Amino acid sequence: MALAVKSEGRDAIKRRALLSRAVFLVPGLTYITAFMLIPLGFIIAYTFLSRGTYGGIEFIFTAENYTRALDSLYLGVLIKSILIASTTTILAFLIGFPVAYAITKLPTNRQNLLLVLIVLPFWTNFLIRTYAWIVLLNTQGFLNKGLINMGVISQPLELLYKPSAIVLGLLYAYIPLMILPIYSALVRIDPAMKEAAINLGATPAQAFRQVTLPLALPGVLVGAIFVFVPSVGNFIVPELLGGGKTIMVGNLIRDQFLKARDWPFGSVLALSMVIMLLMLFFIQARVNRRVLGDARA
Amino acid sequence: MRISRTAIAATAIAGLLLGLSACSSSDSGATALDPNADLSTQTLTVSNWAAYNPEDLPAKFEEKFGTKVTITNHATNEEIMAKLTAGGDSGIDVAFVSGQFAQALAAQGLIEDLDKTLIPNEANLYPEAAQLAYDPGNKYSMPYSWGTTGICYRSDLMKGNEPTSWNDLLMPKPQYKGKVTMLATERWLMLPAQRALGYSLNTQDEAEMGKVKDLLVKAKSNLLAYDDTTFYTRLVTGEAVMVEAWDGWCNYGIAENKNIKFVVPKEGSDLFTDTMVILKTSKNKEAAHAFINYILDKDVQSWVVDNILYKVPNVPAMEKSLPALVGAYPNMGITPAELLKNEALVDLGDASALYTRIATEVTAK
Amino acid sequence: MPVHNKLGWLRIPLYGVLVFLYLPISVLIFMSFNKSDSPFMWTGFSTKWYSVLIHSPKIMEGFKNTLIVAIVTTIISIVLGTLLAIGLARYQKSSALEAVALTPAIFPDLALAIGLLALFTSLHLTLGLHSVIISHALFCMAFVTAIVRGRLSQIDSSLEEAAQDLGDSAVGTFFRITLPSIKPAIIAGGLLAFTLSLDEFVIAFFTDGPSTPTLPIIIYSMVRFGVSPEINALATVVLLISALIVTIAQRNVKVQDQI
Repeated sequence: MALAVKSEGRDAIKRRALLSRAVFLVPGLTYITAFMLIPLGFIIAYTFLSRGTYGGIEFIFTAENYTRALDSLYLGVLIKSILIASTTTILAFLIGFPVAYAITKLPTNRQNLLLVLIVLPFWTNFLIRTYAWIVLLNTQGFLNKGLINMGVISQPLELLYKPSAIVLGLLYAYIPLMILPIYSALVRIDPAMKEAAINLGATPAQAFRQVTLPLALPGVLVGAIFVFVPSVGNFIVPELLGGGKTIMVGNLIRDQFLKARDWPFGSVLALSMVIMLLMLFFIQARVNRRVLGDARA
Repeated sequence: MRISRTAIAATAIAGLLLGLSACSSSDSGATALDPNADLSTQTLTVSNWAAYNPEDLPAKFEEKFGTKVTITNHATNEEIMAKLTAGGDSGIDVAFVSGQFAQALAAQGLIEDLDKTLIPNEANLYPEAAQLAYDPGNKYSMPYSWGTTGICYRSDLMKGNEPTSWNDLLMPKPQYKGKVTMLATERWLMLPAQRALGYSLNTQDEAEMGKVKDLLVKAKSNLLAYDDTTFYTRLVTGEAVMVEAWDGWCNYGIAENKNIKFVVPKEGSDLFTDTMVILKTSKNKEAAHAFINYILDKDVQSWVVDNILYKVPNVPAMEKSLPALVGAYPNMGITPAELLKNEALVDLGDASALYTRIATEVTAK
Repeated sequence: MPVHNKLGWLRIPLYGVLVFLYLPISVLIFMSFNKSDSPFMWTGFSTKWYSVLIHSPKIMEGFKNTLIVAIVTTIISIVLGTLLAIGLARYQKSSALEAVALTPAIFPDLALAIGLLALFTSLHLTLGLHSVIISHALFCMAFVTAIVRGRLSQIDSSLEEAAQDLGDSAVGTFFRITLPSIKPAIIAGGLLAFTLSLDEFVIAFFTDGPSTPTLPIIIYSMVRFGVSPEINALATVVLLISALIVTIAQRNVKVQDQI
């Protein structure tokens, strides 16, 4: 009798635990399944179907969309996009790391203020922020007029409508996303570890290289993903600051849906971006594991 | 507090679900239109290019017919096409699209054949307006404005070298390099090269298009940018000296600087038409017809001429507005007969993929 | 420790970045008070572009649409994101599930946009604000989950366990113990969701219906026609609203740190 009650109680607890698990997890996971995983499934399915004359999908199986993506034309656009996004990411790191490091050196209340200042531009409209650069940089713009008035130059500099202008626009848009994760990795580093290294005879520079830098690496990687992913798929900056003369994979995807009405091929290109993201996740997980392993050892 | 917040969330989610379920009722095809329908019970959603109609148009139409009109804007043909061809009901009753896009919509069975008994103002149109290649007789589209593409330039900055040929734009003299823009929209991107080489603007010949591509790639190195929307501002500021432009838009530049001139190059150009179409999914077709008829009214279309500085295919509207404008804006005086000599753009069907590919090759180089 | 606080050469990148970030924005704010409509020439002070803004039915309509989307999106993301965060922190510790829950935050927006467009059109769903809300709630939810999940890993779960051992129902524990302790994180997450939705363009561009444009979509069609003082005024207003929200969010995060 007593035994029966006890086992019934255990069942009830188990049931209750299962129920709460369902209450908390099911709504969110269902939502993600319905509106991220299923749409992803649609994209994957579309990559194997054919395009209708006026857009839409015809249910004829084909692998042609993939062979087309390997065409040197589209592959070239993909490689150029990766180059532009990588340049942006590296520059964001080279500038963002010292900035994040500098912020950690400030008193706590100043740290909060600076973080807000760095995030704030990120919350103004992206399109307007991008356009602001045209006002500044065009041949009749503020910078050129200022430089000519000061006598520094006689002919206006052509700063816009080239790949470097795209890198500038992307860097401007996403550099806060590099600074923040590096900052939060840096503040988590226990100062005792660096002191220990110095006590063991390391110079401050060695301590920085051997303690601070490796421990900040996970933050750098998160920042790199945050900058690279939206940069590589961007179609607005190439359009506005690139003058339409350079196209990136984002423009290509948008055009497949809006202009060419070629959904299957657009899906292949979109899938390539998802695959890039997964590869970056994979690299990040491996590096993280190694860094954490080293820190423990 | 907690209750009210829950209530808000519940209402929001319920609203969301209602929105979801209200979607799938699809239209049951063509129904006969009732000429005596009560238009005040209908509402209209119209999509047009920004600033391409009088701002008080909805108010005036509602005053006259009792129909509530909402005007939404699209920036390009492609943008509105994507919405209209996405499947399902776009919520749009009347759309403004260029002629070749109206043709594509008709080929997909997405737009309604117009009931001409409800559009008596069609009588205002020039006879030439019924001979447009994308829709002869205006069966499913009604022309709103028309014009041609040419070179818009600063006569003061190009003294002695005024452009007369598409080659002047494609292969500019050294001093003008980097001060030239071309239109980015596929068909108009191809146009200068197609004309310079003497090909049809609707050519589907791969070899011809290959040569078009080579010429455009060569021309690209001389460009400041591809620009569909701000080219006339660039002329005004002097950032550019010569741009490929639609005649009406060149007039915006002329309005700000009298040194800006428009020329149709000697190799010829296109005839483009912006049209109005009624979507099959519209549930307010009587009001949609009344709207198109109202637009073709002399006073509404002369507003277009006066304010947008585009030519319209409307005889009384042109007669009313032209005399005051033609002096300052010579291209307003291009006659319908002259326009019709240019080649009209038509939908390319399957060959549009060829054009897209070549546009990509040019811009990716 | 004055030596510790000394920035030295690090001042250069720090102040350099601030100049880089604020220079274009300052020009916009400055030019929004320009009298003439020339984008490049200053002719005198005026606030007329702000009144143009208020009297533009198109912009006001877009603003209303954007607010509707942002508010409903925030509510959905808070509810789903908080539940999911608690589930992940307390009931199902799994790094794979966690990765799935957070992926929408970093998923390429263009891929998400076309995937959702494909889903909606194959369901013959009429596009409109509801489809934008569904789409925005997906990635906004992930941000709420991340922030609340972070907070939960900082607080001790023994109190909740004790309450449940004493026979409290899971729901009771949730409202009496868990919810109050994560409230600041929920507020911060909600505000983040709100600002993200307010400014989102790419997904809205693909999933919105043509008759209900959101503000970013209207801005897109405007900026392509060149810079106008009206846009500058709009940018200034959007910046002020965002600054206000970020400040409130920051206060809540600080409160959270102190608990």
